[in-house]
Amino acid sequence: MGPRLLFGYLSAYRKRYTLLVLATVVRTLIALSIPFVLRLAIDSITSGTSSQTLAGYGLLIVLLTLVAGGLHFVRAYGFSHVSRVVEYCMRNDLLAHLQGLHTGFFQTTRTGDLMARLTNDLNAVRQLLGPGVQNFTNTVVSFAITLALMFTISVRLALYAAVLLPVVSLVFISVRRQIERRFTAVQEQFSTLSAKAQENFSGARVVKAFAQEQAWVDHFRQANQEYVDRSIRLARVQSVLWPAMQLVVGLMFATVIWLGGQDVIAGQITLGQYVQFTAYLLQLVWPMIALGWTAQLYQQGMASLRRLEELFETEPGIVGGSLVPPSVRGEIELLDVRFGYRAGPPVLRGVSLHVPPRGSLGIVGHTGAGKTSLVQLLMRLYDASSGQVLVDGLDVRNWQLDELRRAIGYVPQETFLFSDSLAENIALGSAAVEEIELARAVRVSRLENDLPDLPHGLETVIGERGVTLSGGQKQRTAIARALMKDPRILILDDALSSVDTSTAEQILTELRQVMRDRTTVIVSHRISVVRDCDQIVVLRDGEIVERGAHMDLIRAGGEYGRIYRRQLLREELELDGS
Amino acid sequence: MAASGIFIDDEITGRAYDAALVRRLLGFVQPYARLAALAVGLLLALAGLELLGPLIGKVAVDRYIVPRDPSGLPLMAGAFVAVQLLSSALRYVQNLVTQMLGQRVMFDLRMRIFSHLQDMSLSFYDHNPVGRLVTRLTNDVDALNELLTSGAVAVFGDIFSLVTITIALLALNWQLGLISLCVMPLVYLTVRWFQTGMRQAYRDIRLRLAIINGYLNENITGMQVVQLFNRERRNFERFDQLNRDHLNANMRSIFYYALFYPVVELFMNICLALVIWFGGRQVLGDALTIGALTAFLTYVQRFFMPIRDLSEKYNILQAAMASSERIFKLLDHAPEVRDPEGLGSGVSGRVTTRPQTLDPKPGGRVEFRDVWFAYVDEEWVLKDVSFTIEPGETVAFVGATGAGKTSLLSLLSRFYDVQRGQVLLDGTDVREMPQRELRRRVGAVLQDPFLFSGTIASNIRLLDEAITDEQIRAAARAANAAEFIERLPLGYDTEIYERGAGLSMGQRQLIALARAIAFDPDVLLVLDEATANVDSETEGLIQEALQGFMAGRTGIIIAHRLSTIQYADRILVMHRGRLVEQGSHAELLRLNGIYRRLWELQAIEERAPVA
Repeated sequence: MGPRLLFGYLSAYRKRYTLLVLATVVRTLIALSIPFVLRLAIDSITSGTSSQTLAGYGLLIVLLTLVAGGLHFVRAYGFSHVSRVVEYCMRNDLLAHLQGLHTGFFQTTRTGDLMARLTNDLNAVRQLLGPGVQNFTNTVVSFAITLALMFTISVRLALYAAVLLPVVSLVFISVRRQIERRFTAVQEQFSTLSAKAQENFSGARVVKAFAQEQAWVDHFRQANQEYVDRSIRLARVQSVLWPAMQLVVGLMFATVIWLGGQDVIAGQITLGQYVQFTAYLLQLVWPMIALGWTAQLYQQGMASLRRLEELFETEPGIVGGSLVPPSVRGEIELLDVRFGYRAGPPVLRGVSLHVPPRGSLGIVGHTGAGKTSLVQLLMRLYDASSGQVLVDGLDVRNWQLDELRRAIGYVPQETFLFSDSLAENIALGSAAVEEIELARAVRVSRLENDLPDLPHGLETVIGERGVTLSGGQKQRTAIARALMKDPRILILDDALSSVDTSTAEQILTELRQVMRDRTTVIVSHRISVVRDCDQIVVLRDGEIVERGAHMDLIRAGGEYGRIYRRQLLREELELDGS
Repeated sequence: MAASGIFIDDEITGRAYDAALVRRLLGFVQPYARLAALAVGLLLALAGLELLGPLIGKVAVDRYIVPRDPSGLPLMAGAFVAVQLLSSALRYVQNLVTQMLGQRVMFDLRMRIFSHLQDMSLSFYDHNPVGRLVTRLTNDVDALNELLTSGAVAVFGDIFSLVTITIALLALNWQLGLISLCVMPLVYLTVRWFQTGMRQAYRDIRLRLAIINGYLNENITGMQVVQLFNRERRNFERFDQLNRDHLNANMRSIFYYALFYPVVELFMNICLALVIWFGGRQVLGDALTIGALTAFLTYVQRFFMPIRDLSEKYNILQAAMASSERIFKLLDHAPEVRDPEGLGSGVSGRVTTRPQTLDPKPGGRVEFRDVWFAYVDEEWVLKDVSFTIEPGETVAFVGATGAGKTSLLSLLSRFYDVQRGQVLLDGTDVREMPQRELRRRVGAVLQDPFLFSGTIASNIRLLDEAITDEQIRAAARAANAAEFIERLPLGYDTEIYERGAGLSMGQRQLIALARAIAFDPDVLLVLDEATANVDSETEGLIQEALQGFMAGRTGIIIAHRLSTIQYADRILVMHRGRLVEQGSHAELLRLNGIYRRLWELQAIEERAPVA
């Protein structure tokens, strides 16, 4: 699983990795030769040498350090560089991959989850490749070389010291399970704590309206206290590691003082060798500590890699076809279309309809009747489970996807705006902003009414860092955005719900001009909005129960007539009742 | 699209050390001064103990190994083990004490932030995204914990180590000590150079990463728009540029990191070389023992260890400074809406008892007296609005979008304060009442029926344990919600996930209504948009419940559609922030003004013959 993804990225760096590992080996050898120089120096001192020889040894140490330092720089920079470049490539690839995924994926996956993968997981992988690989190679190389050198000095001493090494592993293994369990408990409580805070802040209006602030503080305190308790429980075990490690090293030192001292006295090793040996002991400490850390980096990195790979393996549910019609007329046809979201119940159950080029279709029905699903099939945000959706007589699945979407201007129920200028938000779809086009879109959507209220007109930056638009202003922006594409097919999905009645009337008046030479689909629960459509369909539980023009439907006296009468009736009742 | 500013606010001035911030942080440590003193004391003891190891080694060499006397070696080894045992034990305790200190301080800090946020007015929540606030409470606090546990306390230890080792070096042989310390100015300069470079690089990286993540977040949430408008290519190119900037900033910082360690190591080994050269000569001249020379070598290596780790600690310090800056900025943000003096200010300073009703007899007289209000500066949303609503009366406000209707509600609940004039409840200015008291008496059915995770019952009573199960059921019945709730297999104990997923909008509205009823307010505020997006059956249920509940209570309906005004005693018409007309429906129609125009517009919408 995980590693395969990684190897793909690393294949370009195979040679560089080999060189970096080589640099590590050479650097370690040089660094470890310094205690050897110390030994020579000490031995020469005990046998009475000249000041010049000593200066020579000193100079040798400095020279060796310079070479080792240079190699250290190359290695540290090299490993980090590879890890950062891989991070960069992966991040780009992730976005590119996400861009190819279908709407259904984004609706079933939380943004927070995706963001976590793109930040935390990516970072864990980068750490694995950077500090992880660097430490691992360093640890293995210096551990092996140091141990080997210790054996060359005195097999007996080295064996005694080596006996204690498994103790370190034992300490690790025995404590690690405990640490992991307690760490998980801490993490869980951390999530709980965050979730509670998140909920409180999101529901601030309710918390305030019902004067629940103090109660929430108490509620939060409990979760906070639990987090502290669990953290301290973790600390109790975690704090053992480092002192235990130190103790083991201390025991090794004591062994060397005792037995090594005896060896020096017995003439088996020189004093210089004794000093060299203790220096190597010091060198052993670091790899042992680093090993635990590296293991942690490895575990986290691998888990993250698997999560990223899972994301990469998500297949795009919607793949475009290859056909591009020479010119788009805007004819829409649905043939016995059935559709349901994943495992959910069927949303559309055998819908057939036809809208000729430049025709208009109104869709009414209760919430959940399938109105939005129906129009979303047209631009392939989803695919029908069975039946056919045709635009200009061509199955939408055979259309080249970007051409299909270029042909359709969609105004969704909920408007998404980017934190950018209003003009940029409107001109989204068009490569070069045509001033005249922009002005027209702003006029038709009645957004021009709002411009005087915005500090910089169309250049006003909106969103979090800028001006917050009202619901109606957002919808008008979305309408302008769709018109800016100059689409053959215009779809308004309950797009006037947040616009007040008089503005809605103005927008409709303007739209009628625009609609004249395009195909229009209007979804609404307000009869007044769809009344003028050539053809109106009534959806109920995923089926078309009625269709026809406004007057025909009224005369037919079916569900449409009932909805219409109810709206009228209530209107009158209310007015009389006041 | 421009690189969105989403996360830029999280940025930092980039100072690595800010004395004022540190002083404030120390304020949080102060209650645990004894624990902190214990942690630091133990650390000092440890630094002292660690000096002993090389000394034992020196004695072993000079007294026993060189004179060829093996008898004392077991004693030396034993002493060494004893020192190690003691220091391991001390280190364990020191670790634990430090962690406990950190956890206590973080607990307090989190409580302080959370309580402070409870005191914030709604406008604050309008401007600060939830995710960012949660980050303050979690990640930023954790960064400070890191500073306290691995940074600040350890720095004491490191400094003390440096001092004690320096003393030991000078005490063993002051000439050699001075010579080996002569590279110190160079080390100091290196550290300074590193700091300057790192600070800039760190700030750069943080900024670029924030921009990347902001851009990503926006592209994921808006992916449908990106795809429908074929923006994939262009957005990718923009992202690639941001990503590349981040890479380059990182490479600059890696340069410093990769160089720092070897440079410090070079200094250390220059030191060793000096010790070998001068020290060796002294040994030859019998001015120094060979054991002392080996001890010197060990001390010099120990001396450089904390310096070598400095780069990591510096990172922790910088992250912590940035975090504390953000936390304190948040804590310094004064609540815009405050309780009157003498009634305790806000949650953080208040005792946790349930408030006693100041005025036990049910009232509910609402008065707006010459009210002027603006969300920003002088952009008046309400201009000189005055009206009175008598107890038990139901009043509807109508007007076009943006006429200022919704603001009336927010002012009465005191989510915001008026700039001029007064809002009074039963003759008392709302600013002179504790907010809790006010909001107990003024209930609201809001547009967005926000549900918390938990059961349906806990969503009706919220965290108010004084509301009994029976009261919950009664409220649900009054809200016409009982029927659907009791049909659920677990009834009132049904769990609600992620803001009410699984419940329809209408059902959520009914629960929110039951909640408002359970709190039994004197004045009920209703936004009719709350009922706008539900099916007509549920709408009927809601209307019926509201009508029943409003009988005998003061009711204020903000009507976006004229359909809701049928049970109002009086209609008030708002237009461009002013109250322009009021009266009954018939009277208002006769006036032939704004109301008539609004009414005609809606009538045309529904009635006009087909074109």
